[in-house]
Amino acid sequence: MKTEIYQPEREEKREDLDILEQTVLNEYKYGFVTDIEADEAPKGLSEDIVRFISSKKNEPEWMLEWRLKAYRQWLKMTEPNWANVKYPAINYQDIIYYSAPKQKINPKSLDEIDPELRRTFEKLGISLDEQKRLSGVAVDAVIDSVSIATTFKDQLAELGIIFCSMSEAIQEHPELIRQYLGSVVPATDNYFSALNSAVFSDGSFCFIPKGVRCPMELSTYFRINAENTGQFERTLIVAEDNSYVSYLEGCTAPMRDENQLHAAVVEIVALDHAEVKYSTVQNWYPGDKEGKGGIYNFVTKRGICKGVHSKISWTQVETGSAVTWKYPSVILKGDHSIGEFYSVAVTNNLQQADTGTKMMHIGKNTRSRIVSKGISAGRSQNSYRGLVQVGKNAEKARNFSQCDSLLLGDKCGAHTFPYIEVKNNSAVVEHEATTSKIGEDQIFYCNQRGIDTETAVALIINGFAKEVMNQLPMEFAVEAQKLLAISLEGSVG
Amino acid sequence: MLKIENLQAGIEGKQILKGINLDIKPGEVHAIMGPNGSGKSTLASVLAGRENYEVTGGSVTFDGKDLLELAPEERAGEGLFLAFQYPVEIPGLSTTNFIKTAVNEVRKYRGQEALDAVGFLKYMKEKMAMMNMDQSLLSRPLNEGFSGGEKKRNEIFQMAMLEPKLSILDETDSGLDIDAIRIVSNGVNKLRGKNNSVLVITHYQRLLDYIVPDFVHVLYKGRIVKSGTKELALELEERGYDFIKNEVNVGEEA
Repeated sequence: MKTEIYQPEREEKREDLDILEQTVLNEYKYGFVTDIEADEAPKGLSEDIVRFISSKKNEPEWMLEWRLKAYRQWLKMTEPNWANVKYPAINYQDIIYYSAPKQKINPKSLDEIDPELRRTFEKLGISLDEQKRLSGVAVDAVIDSVSIATTFKDQLAELGIIFCSMSEAIQEHPELIRQYLGSVVPATDNYFSALNSAVFSDGSFCFIPKGVRCPMELSTYFRINAENTGQFERTLIVAEDNSYVSYLEGCTAPMRDENQLHAAVVEIVALDHAEVKYSTVQNWYPGDKEGKGGIYNFVTKRGICKGVHSKISWTQVETGSAVTWKYPSVILKGDHSIGEFYSVAVTNNLQQADTGTKMMHIGKNTRSRIVSKGISAGRSQNSYRGLVQVGKNAEKARNFSQCDSLLLGDKCGAHTFPYIEVKNNSAVVEHEATTSKIGEDQIFYCNQRGIDTETAVALIINGFAKEVMNQLPMEFAVEAQKLLAISLEGSVG
Repeated sequence: MLKIENLQAGIEGKQILKGINLDIKPGEVHAIMGPNGSGKSTLASVLAGRENYEVTGGSVTFDGKDLLELAPEERAGEGLFLAFQYPVEIPGLSTTNFIKTAVNEVRKYRGQEALDAVGFLKYMKEKMAMMNMDQSLLSRPLNEGFSGGEKKRNEIFQMAMLEPKLSILDETDSGLDIDAIRIVSNGVNKLRGKNNSVLVITHYQRLLDYIVPDFVHVLYKGRIVKSGTKELALELEERGYDFIKNEVNVGEEA
């Protein structure tokens, strides 16, 4: 008899099953508040507040001008209402736009960070101690409006990689910031990007020089802590010719009864033959079962494949937030460039998500791939909204889109809004969509094999989302699988 | 091992099983035969605990425990296995991953430690060698795109992995060609032992050429109307179900 050499599968190495077994938590486990003194701006938004933020950060004049210009634009704009989400009007004067933990400014070493803040991140599973970190992930930890620490900076600097907070980048690398900030998402792009441009407080900046393959995952962990504040972070990633970086973003917030606004902007620039992989596990507080509280997650993420043969890949696992409004997009300008969007969006209880992507084909032989998996449970609403645009010079552009929805129960909704605009006859655009329900037969089959219903649901949804989960870096995949299971607990059976 | 007494059950208010009595001892293989609509698959579903079936009377004890009180996953933990007539597909979930979860959940129920990745692979390899199972099927998503024969082989492989005390094969032969029936039957025969029992549910006698039963029962209109040894199956094959129907109907009239 022929003996086959058994090759363990990828997901087995990840030991996801053990993780699913651990998913006994029913509650949002990141909902704690850190009691720490904060340095806050007064509530409300005005030119003075913009100046206040800029001066707190000791910014150069050009930066202040940039912010003010954005603010004046914002005043002329109106909040968009085309998304398939409903929420009470936001009072922009009732938000605190700047809140920073009172700690030593610019700690020289990680030891100087307030122990309470360190503990906060430890609790979130993010160690700021480089020695203690097992995996090769460099972290920029952002709490409310400021970055408190960035790890492995020195090691990265040896390769010419810049990985620091946005505030620091404005001080230390003004030429790069002036060149690239707002070059992909202009301040005036939309209502929330204008708002962000006026009041953004911190975020991460990442620059990979020519020919460098970043040896570790770079990540930013965002944490909202203070009450009544909004979080407006700004992330900019620039990958020069022939470089590569994989970037991770994670986020959580305390449980609070009032809604909090998160309006971030992420920009990515990929030059010739560069590749950027951007992964997000979004787990902002989703509100309680009755829909009270939770984060409004209104985010603009866009990358430009500026150079030939460049590639930008977005992967997102969206489980949190009360309302999500987000379309990570790629402008495929360079010939032969590739854009990818892999998404799992889970909504439960009264959560609403309107998310998807835009792929704008400009260069020749550009390719894009969209894989969107929506999982709806409870009374939630989950929409995929995507635009594939092929310009008249985009010879032989290719797009493939796959949008699958999985429904748990019969009180939730799944919606798909695909838009396609093609101006070149040689382009091929394909779209496939399916909607399915978790069947009683599937659950019973699992039960009959000794698997309880909760675990069965976790297995089924992880199977459903597998194509996307496989795109995540290993460190995140495990976390993300746990999250999927936890966010759907109690939704079946 | 399994004792069914006067079991009555139905679905959506319709009575299907009208008083079943059956006693299966360790090591025995019983076959239940019967025409379509006689209640064969209902019996399998009720024993496995499918939710939409309602038990209206009688009792079932399994190894001294009241089976009907247990949730389906607890019945599996106790050692009851159902090879499905129509195994379901779970897209994206690898068969190996599924079986690993099942094995460890059942082990947990039995108070055994979960197998880690290495231990599990070793165990699975042993069973693969024993069952002549190759890797390719196990790497694919659970039952997705499997042929009828592959689905049934997969069922029997899971049976081997879970080491049940009682296996119920619900029309395992349906939709299979003769080669596939032989392969699947060989698998079942390898798993026969003095401590585990098998309940074969089938419409046709031919499966019983391969899985030879100790006892054969004929189910008709929700009751076991005739029991015998394997010769009864041959008689059925020869004379068709009509002779049973006639006997029963005559009896009812009298």
